[in-house]
Amino acid sequence: MPDVPDVTLEGLYGQMVLDHCRNPRNNVPLDAPDVEAEEFNPFCGDRVIYQLKLDQWGRVSGASARSEGCSIIRASASMMAELSTGRTLPELQGLSDSVRGMMQGRGIGDRPAADLGDLNALQAVRQYPVRIKCALLPWTALEVGVEMFLARQG
Amino acid sequence: MTTGSSGAITPVVGPGVDVETVRTDFPVLHQMVNGKPLVYLDNASTSQKPQAVIDTLVQYYTMDNSNVHRGVHTLSQRATDHYEEARAKVRRFINAEADEEIIYVRGTTEGINLVAQTFGRQNVGEGDEIIVTAMEHHSNIVPWQILCQERGAHLKVIPITDSGELVMEEYERLLGPRTKLVSIVHQSNALGTVNPAKQITDMAHGLGVPVLVDGAQSAPHMTVDVQDLGCDFFVFSGHKLYGPTGIGVLYGRADLLNAMPPYQGGGEMIKSVTFEKTIYNDLPHKFEAGTPDIAGAIGLGTAIDYISNLGMSNIYNYERELLEYGTQRLSAIEGLQIIGTAREKAGVLSFVMEGIHPHDIGTILDTEGIAVRTGHHCAQPVMDRYEIPATARASLALYNTREEIDALVKGIDRTIEVFGRGL
Repeated sequence: MPDVPDVTLEGLYGQMVLDHCRNPRNNVPLDAPDVEAEEFNPFCGDRVIYQLKLDQWGRVSGASARSEGCSIIRASASMMAELSTGRTLPELQGLSDSVRGMMQGRGIGDRPAADLGDLNALQAVRQYPVRIKCALLPWTALEVGVEMFLARQG
Repeated sequence: MTTGSSGAITPVVGPGVDVETVRTDFPVLHQMVNGKPLVYLDNASTSQKPQAVIDTLVQYYTMDNSNVHRGVHTLSQRATDHYEEARAKVRRFINAEADEEIIYVRGTTEGINLVAQTFGRQNVGEGDEIIVTAMEHHSNIVPWQILCQERGAHLKVIPITDSGELVMEEYERLLGPRTKLVSIVHQSNALGTVNPAKQITDMAHGLGVPVLVDGAQSAPHMTVDVQDLGCDFFVFSGHKLYGPTGIGVLYGRADLLNAMPPYQGGGEMIKSVTFEKTIYNDLPHKFEAGTPDIAGAIGLGTAIDYISNLGMSNIYNYERELLEYGTQRLSAIEGLQIIGTAREKAGVLSFVMEGIHPHDIGTILDTEGIAVRTGHHCAQPVMDRYEIPATARASLALYNTREEIDALVKGIDRTIEVFGRGL
């Protein structure tokens, strides 16, 4: 009999993930956002729209993430929106790097590691390779949105 | 197998399939996945292989491996014999008139592309129309879109009802003087609907329009008789029919195949080549350029032997009964909706659950050792029709059991337990 490692549900659908999924934070659309990006995965219909308002010092004063799809994308988007407020865009990029690093089991790149907070609850997704893309789709929206904003600023 | 009173060997199928015996023929089924016995319900994606098919591949590569139709040496002759014997098995399996009407391809997708690129290019011009259904797999949409784009032709789509049946009055309306081909799925992979292929063909032939039937899902699960259907082309894949991957079949009526230009150029498909002129080979070799999947073809022949021995009508009846049981069990689950409830339906249970995304269902079922497909099943227009992003799909094969349906129901209950209702 082939030796297949067992995968249990422990962790993946923990209380933290289900709580964010049932009660998504910061999912109200923003008026006139400074940063905005939408990502879609046609394979499964997962969709996320991410928006940010920045204050005069370039810190996030308001964040919104609206998502459709499975529990993992919804939890990930909610956590991302919650952790966005009060950070600068480079800090958000650092956070995104850390999340990618956690999911893909690699180093966190050049930027300083960020405190992942609730996002640590998504660590279990690593054991489900096909679901990693669900967890990362909101972060792709963040990266694309921030890059587009920074490009516009020159 | 058992020895009957006459001393002849007869298959132990009787009125149905002896599923316990059948299961012993499929080694892959006997393993634990995530600590649970594997329940393989993803047969519409690909089926598992009986030991006989696996042994055929091993035997071929161990003893007979050689190129076909090329050498005078013994191994080449042996390989060629087996390869052509398999073609004859395919011919008998779908009741084609002649072996030369059986073209080996990589699978259903390549079969359809072949027809689009040869028959299609030859016969479809500006303003012409090709008819498909709203429940096609992408492989029976995109090749025609490419052709239509190239030729300025139009793709017409027969709509479906809420239960997943074709609206035949609409089909009748769509058929017209500009229709150059009707290309329809025999059995929908996403809904399970079995379409009235014979009626569709008769109606098209009334206007002299040829018909292609995509049999990827039907050929493994029901008796197919291309002469009775009357279709002009029929395509299916080996890997969904308990055979190897990488091999499939295009059946075409000889007169149409003869009139069609070749698909790919190369070895095997020629009679003679000079830099000035090439004379193409006869059927079926004209459409089989290059060294084919010899082992795959021979393995497909063994797979056909295997299911023919069980009897296609036995298999159909067995799976039909299992489908009814599954439909009944799943329908009883609160908050679960089966997508595709056609009267004529084969072993597909596509479903959605209130507030729980199919991917979450699939992941939780996997932890219970249950393999289902989740997603759009390469049929995005079907998903759009029902305004859903995806479904979870359990698809049946001759080795599935009622106990496995029970395990599926238990897995779904576990999903509800994890997520709660109306998340």
